[in-house]
Amino acid sequence: MAIEILMPALSPTMEEGTLAKWLVAEGDKVSSGDILAEIETDKATMEFEAVDEGIIGKLLIAEGTANVAVNSAIAVLLDEGESLSDAASPAQTAAPAASAAAQTPAAPISASAQAPVAVQVVEHDVPAGTSFKSLTVREAIREAMSEEMRSDETVYLMGEEVAEYQGAYKISQGMLDEFGSKRVIDTPITEHGFAGIAVGAAFGGLKPVVEFMTFNFAMQAMDHIINSAAKTLYMSGGQMGAPMVFRGPNGAAARVGAQHSQDYAAWYAHIPGLKVVMPYSADDAKGLLKSAIRDPNPVIFLENEILYGQSFQVPDLPDYTVPLGKARIWREGNDITLVSFGIGMKYALEAADQLAEMGVSAEVIDLRCLRPLDTATVVNSVKKTNRCVTIEEGFPVCSIGSHISSVLMQEAFDYLDAPVITCTGKDVPMPYAANLEKLALVTTDEVMTAAKSVLYR
Amino acid sequence: MAAKKTSKTNVSKDDLLHYYREMLLIRRFEEKAGQLYGMGLIGGFCHLYIGQEAVVVGLEAAAEEGDKRVTSYRDHGHMLACGMEANGVMAELTGRSGGYSKGKGGSMHMFSKEKHFYGGHGIVGAQVPIGAGLAFADKYLGNGRVTFAYFGDGAANQGQVYETFNMAALWDLPVVFVIENNQYAMGTSQQRSTSSAEIYERGRAFGIPGEAIDGMDVLAVKAAGETAVAHCRSGKGPYILEIKTYRYRGHSMSDPAKYRTREEVQKIREEKDAIEHVRDLLLTGKHCSEEDLKAIDKDIKAVVNESAEFAKQSPEPALDELWTDIYAQAEA
Repeated sequence: MAIEILMPALSPTMEEGTLAKWLVAEGDKVSSGDILAEIETDKATMEFEAVDEGIIGKLLIAEGTANVAVNSAIAVLLDEGESLSDAASPAQTAAPAASAAAQTPAAPISASAQAPVAVQVVEHDVPAGTSFKSLTVREAIREAMSEEMRSDETVYLMGEEVAEYQGAYKISQGMLDEFGSKRVIDTPITEHGFAGIAVGAAFGGLKPVVEFMTFNFAMQAMDHIINSAAKTLYMSGGQMGAPMVFRGPNGAAARVGAQHSQDYAAWYAHIPGLKVVMPYSADDAKGLLKSAIRDPNPVIFLENEILYGQSFQVPDLPDYTVPLGKARIWREGNDITLVSFGIGMKYALEAADQLAEMGVSAEVIDLRCLRPLDTATVVNSVKKTNRCVTIEEGFPVCSIGSHISSVLMQEAFDYLDAPVITCTGKDVPMPYAANLEKLALVTTDEVMTAAKSVLYR
Repeated sequence: MAAKKTSKTNVSKDDLLHYYREMLLIRRFEEKAGQLYGMGLIGGFCHLYIGQEAVVVGLEAAAEEGDKRVTSYRDHGHMLACGMEANGVMAELTGRSGGYSKGKGGSMHMFSKEKHFYGGHGIVGAQVPIGAGLAFADKYLGNGRVTFAYFGDGAANQGQVYETFNMAALWDLPVVFVIENNQYAMGTSQQRSTSSAEIYERGRAFGIPGEAIDGMDVLAVKAAGETAVAHCRSGKGPYILEIKTYRYRGHSMSDPAKYRTREEVQKIREEKDAIEHVRDLLLTGKHCSEEDLKAIDKDIKAVVNESAEFAKQSPEPALDELWTDIYAQAEA
């Protein structure tokens, strides 16, 4: 019986990959454990081994092909003596990659739907004539760190696997080569200890960038982040503080269970003395990280593994920075305000598309920075739209949305035509099962339900 | 290096007098702080250093200008020994604007960038990686400085201490880990809390050299400090000094110290007191007379009384200080 060899998933978030190189040819006999191909994921180049034995009947995907979807057939393995024509032709060869971006515009949702409204996309605030380049969030973060390290000798990067391994998520790829082991430093797996050392280094005149492999592990370092880094400026009467950045992926990735899937935005946003940044797009990731590294305070920079591989247009400027503490209006609208940050923006923007189809003009605000929090932009928007839905991935109790909602009650009560609804992750530890995980996360459908509710539709 | 071990007989009169003054200043200062606490002028937690004076005075004698130090919440002695003003320390204890942290830090959280004193940390053991981090910065900047990271026998059981030993040894950081072993982690004796009799020996697992020293002998502390500093400054990495000392008072002002006998404390005061030891050396060595020492005592008392007066007179911080120093402003 011929067997289809399928494109493997080689990381929790991999949806497609590049078939970089075949290490077997048609007609080769292979046994289990033989290396068949090199596959490039967004994180690394991995070797892919045969599970079954047989003869390579046909290579269905040419080497060098990018965007090969996980689970699409890449080769056919035949039994001894079997020929390709004996084997049933593979049903679906190289199914097109399921494009996450392809959003089927929703059919008008309610019977009272109006004509679609035009989407008012807000342009970048950059000098006229600025050219743009496409960068992934991953590349943007790397560029930000590298540019700052080039211009300031006291900036250095430390964390687990940042140097020789080239970064657990390939963020720091190539940086060891450029900056050397004095400035790109692999630490042992010892978050409490190296966070404390980095705080001491910041007291001592350096500007550390500390990478946590994920922010889940930063809980081990929490005492130094809060008690040592955030409070010292105050406790010393302004004499000394900790100019440093703690960064790394935060929030749910995919199918990694409760201990590796938590959004800490609200935790850190609670602490005076910290600044907290959580970018959505690559241009913001770059501009905000550069500002964070220059900032004389400890900055928590929350990234998202799922966004790392997504591309955005980034201003092609030698020193592009975005100030901390300013929200970004992605779309202007008049009927409802959607407030989000980080990966929540994906659902907010999708919902805004669907609302436009319904004839509802949504204003979409990316907070970008959770401390200091630009409440003025939200309040001003709600004074115009009179309705607000917040969207985030974190737990519901004491969420960023709860805080926004409280601010709106105090500062825009008379403008509200409906209660603010906070869309959040569910109040449960993250389950592993695919269906339950999906249920635990906030969805575009939930945002739509909330939006329709505040619109009384 | 052989000549390094200062014998008790060839120490100079000036040095002995210096140690005497410094230790006496700490003791009298702490006694005064205890008094002000009793009067309600100092609030919260207040951990006195009485009995342990030879540790910081001996090690400061081994330090050079620019070397750094960081310690726990039992920090008044360290600040006085590194040259911070008694007035500013006492006014911080009373929570006044003339304090080193403008009254916003208190007994446990004081700093002086000028004197390279990096706190004053309230979380047991947290100062250890911070100290290694200061040394990391010095090594990175190549400035030849050494950091003293002080912690107690209680903190020696914190996991982050060993995380730090590992990295300090791995990266050859110029840090002296000073274990001030006063035998009690708050109310728990070393025997009841610590599996090793000699804590410094734990460094061996990381390849960090170390030794135990009689912390009631300021000359022995200074000599060991010089060995440790020379080791660190020559690029050989960290060094551990376990300094056996004793605190005469409770863990904090609110500790009745029921976990040890009055006799135990009394015996050490009578037989081992570090200040009495130097006083004896000064008198038996005919370096000075009882009268000379009385004059010093009087001077010290004046300094301490003045600091108490300053700490009472200094105004409380202005109310708008509540909202300052939360964030540093970027330099333009």
